[in-house]
Amino acid sequence: MSTPVPARANAPERYYNYAYLDEQTKRMIRRSILKALAIPGYQVPFGSREMPVPYGWGTGGIQLTAAIIGPDDVYKCIDQGADDTTNAVSIRRFFANVADVATTEDTGEATIIQTRHRIPEKPLKEGQVLIYQVPQPEPLRGLEARETETRAMHAYEEYGLQYVSLYENVSTYGRIAATAGYPVMVEERYLMSPSPIPKFDNPKMAKNEAVMLFGAGREKRIYAVPPFTRVRSLDFEDYPFETQTWEETCALCGAKDSYLDEVILDDAGDKMFVCSDSHHCAERRAAGHVGPMAGHSLDQDAALKEPAQ
Amino acid sequence: MAYVSVKGGEKAITHAHQWLAEDRRGDPGVSELEVAQVREQLSLAVDRVMSEGSCYDRDLAALAIKQARGDLPEAIFLLRAYRTTLPRFGASLPVETEAMAVRRRVSAAFKDIPGGQVLGPTFDYTHRLLDFALAAEGGVAPEPAPQAEEPQAYPMPNIASVFRHEDLLEHDVRADEPAEPYDLTREPMKFPADRDQRLQALARGDEGFLLSLAYSSQRGWGSTHPLCGEIRLGEVAVEFVPDELGFAIEIGEITLTECTMLSGFAGSAERPPQYTRGYGLTFGHCERKAMSMAIVDRALRHREVGEQADAPVQDEEFVLYHSDNVEASGFVQHLKLPHYVDFQADLQLIRRLRKEHGERRAALKEAAE
Amino acid sequence: MSVATLDLSRIAPAFTDPVRESQAVFREVMECMARPGRITRFDRAPQAPTGLEKAAGAVALTLFDFETLVWLDPALADSGAEAWIRFHCGCPLTTAGQESAFALVTDLAKAPNLAAFNQGDAKYPDRSTTVILQLPSLDGGPTVTLSGPGIQTTTDIAPQGLPQDFWTQIETNQAQFQFGVDVLLVAGDQLLALPRTTTAQIKGG
Repeated sequence: MSTPVPARANAPERYYNYAYLDEQTKRMIRRSILKALAIPGYQVPFGSREMPVPYGWGTGGIQLTAAIIGPDDVYKCIDQGADDTTNAVSIRRFFANVADVATTEDTGEATIIQTRHRIPEKPLKEGQVLIYQVPQPEPLRGLEARETETRAMHAYEEYGLQYVSLYENVSTYGRIAATAGYPVMVEERYLMSPSPIPKFDNPKMAKNEAVMLFGAGREKRIYAVPPFTRVRSLDFEDYPFETQTWEETCALCGAKDSYLDEVILDDAGDKMFVCSDSHHCAERRAAGHVGPMAGHSLDQDAALKEPAQ
Repeated sequence: MAYVSVKGGEKAITHAHQWLAEDRRGDPGVSELEVAQVREQLSLAVDRVMSEGSCYDRDLAALAIKQARGDLPEAIFLLRAYRTTLPRFGASLPVETEAMAVRRRVSAAFKDIPGGQVLGPTFDYTHRLLDFALAAEGGVAPEPAPQAEEPQAYPMPNIASVFRHEDLLEHDVRADEPAEPYDLTREPMKFPADRDQRLQALARGDEGFLLSLAYSSQRGWGSTHPLCGEIRLGEVAVEFVPDELGFAIEIGEITLTECTMLSGFAGSAERPPQYTRGYGLTFGHCERKAMSMAIVDRALRHREVGEQADAPVQDEEFVLYHSDNVEASGFVQHLKLPHYVDFQADLQLIRRLRKEHGERRAALKEAAE
Repeated sequence: MSVATLDLSRIAPAFTDPVRESQAVFREVMECMARPGRITRFDRAPQAPTGLEKAAGAVALTLFDFETLVWLDPALADSGAEAWIRFHCGCPLTTAGQESAFALVTDLAKAPNLAAFNQGDAKYPDRSTTVILQLPSLDGGPTVTLSGPGIQTTTDIAPQGLPQDFWTQIETNQAQFQFGVDVLLVAGDQLLALPRTTTAQIKGG
């Protein structure tokens, strides 16, 4: 369900351009997006601007959204999979104000979904754009601090260092101990950071039907994965890529196959597991699915507590 | 302890903003601070915000300081985020600092230099004793400082002119047709960085970061043995050539602080021994920043003069990528955002590794028994 | 770069609402670049001056500006179309294909080889030229099967009037990935994209 946006002509944001950015900046970002789509997984440097939210808080994703959004769009914004996390609420409100768009929590209804750290559980489809907020676009940065070096590594497809690092992981821990931001190979050419999504979400990137855009504002890079593109999580023949699984199910909707958050209930060690994707969970509950702790106070939107004041 | 949700709706944000506004105002019994008061009486804060905010507008900088409750990096961020939405008409002509109406000008390299030493409005040689007279309400306006008996030299020759006859100082390189300078507000950092890009990054860079780097260099971490050739403060005219006119018009006057640091150079096969320069320039009166910038600029020129480079201050990627306080402040503070999805993934792994570790220990113990 | 003065009274209008219209055009171009072979239509785009059709005009208005060097077909030199682009986009023009960010080809008989444009740099392959070819029609020509990123299995297109060895040029272009130009085919108010990742196979060829 889309919520109509109340006119807020007096809000300070309205003293600025439509979608905040000036037209020249939008054109510059749009040109970068086209090149990013033409070279899947390659990081296009762009003239990232200061945004009215701090660097590290989604400025890359916000610039991408601002460059593509129009009044006919339906905009969804999630953080940690949830629509009601504070920063997601803040960014959603920003675009409702500056771009006159309808907003939604419904994954299926959104035309633009901006995300931090998750890919929604519901498969995406043609006509949808998934925009990732990326803190560090360079998958090799943890291994090599210098941009001059890593850029050359991508240019000449020298990814040996990455494999050596994964192999050292195997010899230390007996497995590849990367859990989020697990590096992927796009079309067997460019090594790419999937952003800090849990590796649980990595398989969703491959052959996805939606357009996927990645924005790193502070690091000033844009990259993209077009629909139906090969995206492979790095692994070894004897240590194949595997995703997270849980012994528990979602306490509220009973889901067995969604990414779960652990919620601490008290200081006696009691906890529950709930779907990280809040809309997925709500939709399942509306369809009659019931988890072992259905009816818990977390099971009502109204019961969402505000931070203690 | 009961479960406290980290999830907060729009209402929580609105309430938090209201609380913030209340805190900003402080005790309503104390009269509200006027932007003009900030502009006039906290002028060095205004200067720093304009410099690092890359926007010369005293009123906007003062407003930003008021809104940010005196948090200068926050005020710099506010000004930058405003600046970035403005249309860009082009680049001005290079300003002529020799034609500066000088208020302060000192050189540590010579007892006297052409144009003379002008002490000007400075904290130097003040005794840092709290002035309790300033705490008294309704302070009295200070007596105006006496005027100099002789008019100042104009134009005020710069330090290079002293060396002009002896070729002791590396020359200014003046392009006949100056190229449009690199603009970091429109293009990302590229490496190796040319001097225009480096100087722009340093001019926008955080004063504290540059100060510490300059200090580290002085203490021997990439020392350039600097000597303060000259520091000057004053007003210069800004000229712009509109396309439709084809000639320069003056569009205003700005206050600048300029610093030239001198470093000895022992010479190489190609170049005779001479002095090299590090350059610092800021909006307004920012002496500490201009001096730090000049030292860091010179340290980063190690390749040109064939110096060994192993100190942080000489590492171009390290210095330029980490000097911007808007970027740094945002990224450090983004750790306040929820990371529980990643943490959950990590927790799972640690639990699994602990379990396996326990099993291995148990198996070893069993084998030993 | 041409410096002839513009006669403003003779320049046709462009977008009436540049913010909204350029956003709508870009979104379609983006979807097409993401889904090679997908055809979109800009039926509400402004009428472009002689020599230029709606889709080519809409792309120019949306993507060209003072930061992009544009190679314009010599056939458009000193035309109303050139004046229209210069006035509305404010873009500098170049005759050196190697330097251009965009190239707009309208005279198909004399179209330069794709290799004559900027192919990008090993470290910065995004700096290559985007070549816009204006054709008589995007259908009715020989059928070509496309595959690659953005295409689920394969997709067929049949553009008309392409330069003689165009598909050989595309094959060469695709084979040198990460280098290469990206191509937009336009005709009337229609557009489709062939990024450098797309493989083309002439049916029965």
